[in-house]
Amino acid sequence: MVAKQRTRPIRVLIAKPGLDGHDRGAKIVARALRDAGMEVIYAGLRQTPEEIVRAALEEDVDLIGLSILSGAHMALFPRVLKLLKAEKASRIPVFAGGIIPDEDATRLRHLGIRAIFGPGTSLEEIVRTAEKLARAPP
Amino acid sequence: MTGQRTTLPPAARAIVRGDRRALARAITAVENGAPEADLLLRSTYSRTGRVPIIGFAGPLGVGKSSLLSALVTQLRAAGTTVGVIAIDPSSPFSGGSVLGDRIRFERRADDTGVFFRSMASRGASGGVAAATRDVARLMDAAGFGVILVETVGSGQVDVAIREIASTRVVVLVPHLGDEVQTLKAGLFEIADIFCVNKSDLPGSETAERYLSELAGLGPGPDGWRARVVRTSATVPSGIPGLWSAIEEHERFVAGSDVHRQAERRRLSDEIVGRVRDELTRELTLRLEAEAELRRLVDQVVARKLDPRSAADRLVAEERR
Repeated sequence: MVAKQRTRPIRVLIAKPGLDGHDRGAKIVARALRDAGMEVIYAGLRQTPEEIVRAALEEDVDLIGLSILSGAHMALFPRVLKLLKAEKASRIPVFAGGIIPDEDATRLRHLGIRAIFGPGTSLEEIVRTAEKLARAPP
Repeated sequence: MTGQRTTLPPAARAIVRGDRRALARAITAVENGAPEADLLLRSTYSRTGRVPIIGFAGPLGVGKSSLLSALVTQLRAAGTTVGVIAIDPSSPFSGGSVLGDRIRFERRADDTGVFFRSMASRGASGGVAAATRDVARLMDAAGFGVILVETVGSGQVDVAIREIASTRVVVLVPHLGDEVQTLKAGLFEIADIFCVNKSDLPGSETAERYLSELAGLGPGPDGWRARVVRTSATVPSGIPGLWSAIEEHERFVAGSDVHRQAERRRLSDEIVGRVRDELTRELTLRLEAEAELRRLVDQVVARKLDPRSAADRLVAEERR
C-alpha cells in the first residue's frame, strides 16, 4: 500500500473541444481514470484548443484526452497537436473519443493522435491504453 | 549551503524569470517529492514571503471556485498577476482524483498574468495537500502579485489553511444553520473574513446577521475583528467589497506583532517537523532491523508483555 502510493500518480487532462454539449462520455471516462488511480483534471465543455493546451502545460499533465461529438474533430484535433508542437510539448500523448468516422480516425492517427476510441469501447481498454501512453511517451 | 542569495540553478532561474513551463514542472516535482524539488525550494526560499496568500475555505458547493474566478477577473482588471492553487480530494480507495475547479474558471487563454494549478490532496487531511505550502512558495518566487488557495470543500475542521495563508476567507451560503453553528469550534475560528456567497438567494441577510453577531462578540486573539461581506459570484456582486476587506486584513497583518510572532512559530514548527520526520524515518529503519524488537513482539503477541512496557525497554535501549 505504502509502496504503491510512492509511485507518482498519472495526471491526465480530459477536455471537450468544440461546441457540442454532451459530456456524459467524458465524465464516465474521467471517473474510470480516477478509479484507476489517476489525477484527472476535468476541464469540461466548450474548450478552445488554446485553452486545452494552456491547461495541459500549467497542470503539467502526462496525457491529454479529448472528447468530441460535434463532428468538428478534423478542425480541432490537428489544431491542438499544432499548438502542442509550437510549445515544444509534442511528447504529451493525446488520445480521443467520440463519434469519429474510420477514415478520419486514420488521418488523425497519422497526424499524431495516439489512440481513438469509438462508441462501445470498454472502460478497461481506455484505462489500459491511457496507462500505457502516459507511462511510455515516445 | 545552497540556500543563500548566490547564483541560482538553471531551473530555479527559469522560475524566477517567469518561465511558466519551468514553474509547472517544478510544482510537479514538489508534489511528488522528487529529488530536484529540494534544490529548487532551497534556492528560491530567499525570494519568498513577499506576497499575500489568500486562503478560501468552506463547505462543498458554496461557490468557492466561482468566487475565485470573479476575484481573479477583478484583480486582472487592476493589473495584478495571480497564482491560483485549487485543491480537491484524492480517493481514499484508488488514490485517484477528479480535479474540477478549472471548469468554473473563466479567463482569456492568452492571459499570462494568471497561473492556475489543480492539486489533489493525496491523503492529507485538513483541506490542503502536504505540498501546498511549498507550491505557494514556488508561485511566490515566480513573482505573482497575489496567490489564492482554494481548499478542499468539506467540513468543519478543515483548518490547515491557517498555517499557509496570510488572510483566511471562510465562504458560506444562506441556510447552513442557525447562529449556534457559528459558535462551534473549527472552521468558524479561522476566519479573518466571512463571505456569504450566493447572496442573491433568500436568507442571506439572516446568515449575515448571525455572522456579524459572532464577529461582534469581540476580536480574536490577534486583535482583528472578523469582517462579514456578502457576494454573489454569478451576478457578480460584492466582489470589490470582498477584495477591500482582504486588503484591509493584509494591512493589519503587516503591522501586527502577533502575526509576526505567529509566522515565527509556523516556521519554527516547520523546521522541527522536518527534523522529526527525518529522525523518525531513521529510527524506524533502525528499530525494524533490530533483533530485540522481534523478541519483544513475540512476548507481546504471547501476552507476556504489554506494548507500553515493550516500548519503554526500547526507549531505554535507545537512550543508553
